[in-house]
Amino acid sequence: MAALICSGLSVAYGGREALSGVSFELPRGAFLAVVGENGSGKSTLVRTLLGLIKPSAGTARLDGGLTRRDIGYLPQQRESRGDFPATVYEITISGRLGRLGARPFYSGEDRREAEKNLRLTGLWELRSRAFRELSGGQQQRTLLARALCAEGGLLLLDEPVSGLDADAADQMYHLLRELKEKKKTTIVMVTHDLPRAAEAASHILELDGGQRYFGESASWPGRKARRNGND
Amino acid sequence: MIELLAEMLSYKFLVRAASVGLMVSLCSALLGVTLVLKRYSMIGDGLSHVGFGALAAAVAMGASPLGLTIPVVVAAAVLLLRLTDRSGVKGDAAIGLVSVSSLAAGVTAISLSGGVNTDVSNYLFGSILAMSESDVSLSLVTSAAVLLLFILCYNRIFAVTFDEDFAKATGINTGLYNMIIAALTGVTIAVGMRLMGALLISGLIIFPAVTSMRLFRSFRGVVLSAAAISLSSFLIGLTLSYAAGMPAGASIVLVNLAFFLIFSAAGRAR
Repeated sequence: MAALICSGLSVAYGGREALSGVSFELPRGAFLAVVGENGSGKSTLVRTLLGLIKPSAGTARLDGGLTRRDIGYLPQQRESRGDFPATVYEITISGRLGRLGARPFYSGEDRREAEKNLRLTGLWELRSRAFRELSGGQQQRTLLARALCAEGGLLLLDEPVSGLDADAADQMYHLLRELKEKKKTTIVMVTHDLPRAAEAASHILELDGGQRYFGESASWPGRKARRNGND
Repeated sequence: MIELLAEMLSYKFLVRAASVGLMVSLCSALLGVTLVLKRYSMIGDGLSHVGFGALAAAVAMGASPLGLTIPVVVAAAVLLLRLTDRSGVKGDAAIGLVSVSSLAAGVTAISLSGGVNTDVSNYLFGSILAMSESDVSLSLVTSAAVLLLFILCYNRIFAVTFDEDFAKATGINTGLYNMIIAALTGVTIAVGMRLMGALLISGLIIFPAVTSMRLFRSFRGVVLSAAAISLSSFLIGLTLSYAAGMPAGASIVLVNLAFFLIFSAAGRAR
């Protein structure tokens, strides 16, 4: 069963074609790494999947009973959040926002879900700490916990390990593998972190404005080239 | 001290001013947290100048001061927000243009209507005598509405303030919430500027939030502390102004400054 189907997807962004001719079918429970140079259309693909921009041709749709509300999104880390006063808990539970509906406040179920995901990411003890005082790895795990509060089967991660040191990145990969194996969560991860991402992922989508490769990670031609190269 | 307070309470105009002032202080502190964190502080400043222009025009035309100021400032708030959202640097300049133009329009309206100098001074620096009874009831109703909306939208406002992309991705209409924040700010400024003055009202928005951020690390902590600081500053400032014959708006801003210095020192000591 597929989780995500793109067919003939093209997206124009700011007057130019940022992405064209992308067609693939991602099975449920797969871990997809989306790779490519800067400007190859990775972020455009993410924004399209989130429904923030519309395709100019073709479609990108969720399948297998998933809807856009089942996406747990981890945005690219930005510097500007640096001094924001918010605790780990406040940020995590805000992932439940999409499920508030018309209710103004979070319910007991929302709080239980937040606790579960904080424990899963190893942050429960840090829940009252300020986000701005955490290490980069802890901050990314907080945003992952928030994404987990939001997701109903699909995680969409934009550069989750960029800027992290090796240990923190390992921890992140470990968590993602665990989610894939235990919860059968489908994961789509945009990344520059090669070759490690290629080893962790089950599938690779390589973009260069168009679609250069889609398939299983083991048979990706870039895998060998990268390993011998200096990236 | 108690005698002084009892004496103050015996003046109806003071009680009126205090009730509106407390509500405005509360609203501006709550909205201020979002505005400061979203880097929209200057919108508050620009809006107060728009409010000055609208107020002067209303008085010159003999229209209801709040009846005209509130819609004009709300419209300006929505406009400024859109300008700021489109492009950072140009938005900054746009606020400057809108704000000086409104000031100029206001001054012109006052002088054409043969206004006296004390009027201008009242608009710019505020006056606790400025409010009529109908103004007071309108102010109380609008600020109660601002308060209620803020509480009901609290979780969504947090999400939109902390991470607009994520909020958008979960299906929140972030444009709508930005608009609500701008409109509520417009209403608060229009109501509060009669008391605080066009030049000082933005202090009520910026100070409590910035002061609280020196010491508190959670969003809720900052919001609650900002509310407490704003209410205390208003009461202390009003009492000082009564006891020492100082202008009310200026005293309140100075008390806010004192809180800021204390919190900064405490934050550094920690």
